[in-house]
Amino acid sequence: MSNDTNGTTSGAARPEWPLYEVFVRGKRGLNHVHVGSLHAADDHMALHNARNLYTRRNEGVSIWVVRAEHIAASSPDEKDPYFAPSGDKVYRHPTFYPIPEDVPHI
Amino acid sequence: MTTHTASAPPGAPADLQAEFDARIAADQRIEPRDWMPEGYRKTLVRQVSQHAHSEIIGMQPEGDWIASAPSLRRKAILLAKVQDEAGHGLYLYAAAETLGVDRADLTRRLIEGRQKYSSIFNYPSLTFADVGVIGWLVDGAAICNQVPLCRSSFGPYARAMVRICKEESFHQRQGYELLMRMMEGTEEQRRMVQDAVDRWWWPSLMMFGPPDAESPNTQQSMAWRIKRDTNDDLRQKFVDMTVPQAERLGVTLPDPELTWNDERGHYDFGEPDWDEFKRVISGSGPKNAERIQRRRAAHEKGEWVREAATAYADKHSARKAAA
Repeated sequence: MSNDTNGTTSGAARPEWPLYEVFVRGKRGLNHVHVGSLHAADDHMALHNARNLYTRRNEGVSIWVVRAEHIAASSPDEKDPYFAPSGDKVYRHPTFYPIPEDVPHI
Repeated sequence: MTTHTASAPPGAPADLQAEFDARIAADQRIEPRDWMPEGYRKTLVRQVSQHAHSEIIGMQPEGDWIASAPSLRRKAILLAKVQDEAGHGLYLYAAAETLGVDRADLTRRLIEGRQKYSSIFNYPSLTFADVGVIGWLVDGAAICNQVPLCRSSFGPYARAMVRICKEESFHQRQGYELLMRMMEGTEEQRRMVQDAVDRWWWPSLMMFGPPDAESPNTQQSMAWRIKRDTNDDLRQKFVDMTVPQAERLGVTLPDPELTWNDERGHYDFGEPDWDEFKRVISGSGPKNAERIQRRRAAHEKGEWVREAATAYADKHSARKAAA
C-alpha cells in the first residue's frame, strides 16, 4: 500500500513523517474500529497523537496504530475472485434450512 | 483506509464509469480505492483541503482571546474549542490524503496562497463578545453547511463530517451561552454583543458561498452528491434557524429587509454585499495577510521540532535494529 502523491507538486526534499492508520476500541466488549489516520515520527508519537486527535471525549478505551505501508489490503479489482464464492454458498446461512414451525427453540 | 487512488486500467473506462455512476445513483459511498472520474477526485481534493485549511486558519480569531479570557472557566472552554478546530483540520487533511495528495503539500499550498479557505476568518475579533458571536453564528452556519455533508458520496469525507458535527454542537452552545451571560450584564456588555452581531451577521451569510446562479461548481457537485444542498437553500435554512435565537437573546440582526413571509413559510432577507465577498475571498479582506503570515510563521518555527523528532525516531530504530 503506497502513499503516492500522484497529481501533486510535492517537491519535498526531506522525508515527511510517515502515515499511520488509527484503530480505536470504543468500549470494552467491542472490536477496534478504523477511525482515520495521522502523521507521526514513530510509534510512540503516533499513539500520543491518536489519543489527542481521536479520543478527546471518551471515544475509546484502547488505541492501535499501524504504519499505513504495513497494511496489506485486497484490491478493488479483485473483488469478484475474493468475495464471489460466498455468494453461491447459501448453505452457510441458517435460512437455507427449512424447519417446521412447531419445532421449538431453533 | 488511506491508500493510493485506483485509476482506470486501459480498455475498461466505460465499465468503470458505469459502475461509479450506478453507485452514486444508488446513494452508496465511494471509497478511496474505487475508480473515480478525475473531475470527481479533483473537486473533492479542492473542497476537502479548503475545508481543512478553514478549520486551521479558524483557530486564529478565537485563539487571540485565549490569553485574555475573563475567567478560568472561559479560558478552559476556549482552549478546548480551539483544540477542536485543530482536530477538525486534521480529520479533513486525513480524508484528503485518501485521495492521493499529502498533507505537507497541502500546507505548502495554503501558506503560499495557492489554495483558499473560508472568507469568514479574514475578519477581526475585536472584543470578547466576538468569541460568543463566532460560536453562535459562524459555527451555527458551519453546522448548517456540514450536517448534509455527513451524507456526502465520498466515504472518508462523510465520516470526517460525522465526527466534526458532533463537536460543533458544543461550539455553538458555548457561544450562545456566553452571549446570554453578557446580555444579563451591564449596558456596555449588551452594546458589545450587539456590535459583534452587527459585524458578523453579513459575513456569516456569505459563508454559504455565492448565490446559486453564480456558483459554477454547485450543479456538478450535487450530481456527484459531494454537496447535497444549494448555497441559497442552506442560507435560507440558517436565517430561519437564527432569527428566533436572536429574538430570545435580545439582539437585532442588522438587516432592515428581514421579515417573516407567511406565504413562503420562510424569512425574507436582504442581499449580502457580494463585492465585499469577492474582495475578501481573493485576498483583500481585513486580515488575510496576517492570517497566512501567522500560519507560515508557525510552520517555519516548527521546522526544528519536526526535524528533531525525525532524528530521535531514526536513532531509536537504528538502536533497535542493532540490538
